[in-house]
Amino acid sequence: MAETTVKYGLMAQFDTTADTLHAAAMVRDAGYRRWDVFTPFPVHGMDEAMRLPSSKVGWFTFCGGATGFTLGMLMIWWMNAYDYPIVVGGKPLFSPIFSFPVAYELTILLGAFGSLFGMLFLNRLPRLYNPLFKSVRFAQVTHDKFFVVVEATDPRFSDSETRQLLEQAGARHIEEVRD
Amino acid sequence: MAEQLVRSVPIIPHTPAELERQPLVLNQRPFGWLSDHIAGVAEGKTPKWWWMMFVPSFTLMVVCFSCITYLLTTGVGVWGLMIPVAWAWDITNFVFWIGIGHAGTLISAILFLLRQRWRTSINRAAEAMTIFAVICAGIFPLIHIGRIWLGWWLLPLPNANSIWPQFRSPLLWDVFAVSTYFTVSLLFWYMGLIPDLATMRDRAKTRLRQFLYGLFSLGWTGSNRHWSNYEKAYLLLAGLSTPLVLSVHSIVSFDFAVSQVPGWHTTIFPPYFVAGAIFSGFGMVLSLMIPLRTLCHLEEVITTRHIDLMCKVIMATGSIVGYAYAMEFFIAWYSGNPYELYAFKNRAFGPYWWAYWTMVTCNVISPQLFWSKWARTTPWFVFLVSIVVNIGMWFERFVIIVTSLHRDYMPSNWGYFIPTWVDIWTFIGTFGLFMTLFLLFMRFLPMIAISEVKGVTPQADPHHPLGGAKAHH
Repeated sequence: MAETTVKYGLMAQFDTTADTLHAAAMVRDAGYRRWDVFTPFPVHGMDEAMRLPSSKVGWFTFCGGATGFTLGMLMIWWMNAYDYPIVVGGKPLFSPIFSFPVAYELTILLGAFGSLFGMLFLNRLPRLYNPLFKSVRFAQVTHDKFFVVVEATDPRFSDSETRQLLEQAGARHIEEVRD
Repeated sequence: MAEQLVRSVPIIPHTPAELERQPLVLNQRPFGWLSDHIAGVAEGKTPKWWWMMFVPSFTLMVVCFSCITYLLTTGVGVWGLMIPVAWAWDITNFVFWIGIGHAGTLISAILFLLRQRWRTSINRAAEAMTIFAVICAGIFPLIHIGRIWLGWWLLPLPNANSIWPQFRSPLLWDVFAVSTYFTVSLLFWYMGLIPDLATMRDRAKTRLRQFLYGLFSLGWTGSNRHWSNYEKAYLLLAGLSTPLVLSVHSIVSFDFAVSQVPGWHTTIFPPYFVAGAIFSGFGMVLSLMIPLRTLCHLEEVITTRHIDLMCKVIMATGSIVGYAYAMEFFIAWYSGNPYELYAFKNRAFGPYWWAYWTMVTCNVISPQLFWSKWARTTPWFVFLVSIVVNIGMWFERFVIIVTSLHRDYMPSNWGYFIPTWVDIWTFIGTFGLFMTLFLLFMRFLPMIAISEVKGVTPQADPHHPLGGAKAHH
């Protein structure tokens, strides 16, 4: 059968968080761009070791929250004071005071949707297909193993040099992932 | 540079024995042990004890829905409520169940913001408890409106006469508060589950399990670029849930406090309700977790230290509740309002004296037992107290609602509320619904946040010797 798969990258396995953090710093210092670290839980200090910028999820939360508050206030004003005004108990038709609890709840509701869906959008999830899932070994990433993957599309990627770097970093196992 | 990163942080010197804390996971269990033991609860053959709990729970759930069917097909006359006590049983149950939920959010959100790492062993189950408790709570106001088919009038939709809901009413605020609470709790719970669903996916043996866990884990790989956004989103959700949980029970208390009824019209209600909710919620967490940690062999993950800390929260919130009871009496006297004073005298010494003193015994006296370390670290004893706390908190809501309503300004209006068998079995039945949902949860989903517990072990810390850090001197 002809080879129809393409090379996705090199995957190196590590057993401890210290080794992984160390390897991540080495890959970063070598100037790679298309690479990632895979861990069973967030490792403290890994964002700095990879030099990741601060996450942008907060903007989605903010936009969600601001929309919720504005929408809540406008909805109450429109329903109770504009579309069908009815005086109840001599109270004003609209006041930001009695509208506050509902607008506040909607702020939180849409802010929460913004956080979750913002996170999923930034992570490009759901993504049920992933070449890494073809590696039997990679299933250990949700159990107790740590992986550093350098993609073949990285401009600095070279089969021998990248492999050498990962070996120097103390990888326990290195394998090629094909897509 | 890379070398510096590992070396720059010094190895923490040895802690003196008297300052040593019991670790969050006993016996230095490795990461793999944690996934095997926690995910293992939801895998393999269903244990016998699970069926022994599930069958009665399911039966009780059927009883609950049968009672509701009887109510809907016959009419509200099958209940014991009557003017003047029109809120009686259902609103008591509603507030009781909503309160239970609050511990879940407190554990998942507030303790997260306060960096209480011990929360990781209990937050998943507590969040599940929140969701199921809110489901049980939601049933009561819905059936209490009498004509359940008009329940959609609570939503911001125009009714047959194009009239919109009336936003000046705290009852409508409550609709928004409770539905937001349910939705946000569900989002928070699901987001926490994503990495653990990936663990379940990677462990799954059958095609069906691989497909379902794979689908719901959304293709999670544990990428650190993903973790970075994930952790920020988790922090933001915790930050949003904290004011949410405080607002929900405050708004529930507005249902009472905004009215003119003596015994309800007090400004202490919002903080007092929130403290009571956390108090009862921790009671329920303990009632669930103490048997389950033994049945599922998870004593090394949910340790006596966890139980001890939860008992301290119960003691603190129980004391706030006790203070609120005393302050209500003081203000009733100090206000000089004869109706207010009468309402409180009537609570303690009127026809419902038995409910009041049950409440005081359960809520004020029982948490004070936790000043003793023995009491806080003896699981069977904590279990008994946690049951007592829940009984007490149900009575608190009963006392507030029923005793305030049964005697108001005009003696000719006075009455005495007695529940019927339909009332009683509907309420008991909701425990069946709650337990059915909880048992299904623990049978199919990891009941402890696996990735979070892994993250608080010493071997997760790259600067700890167990995390692989080499001693550099």
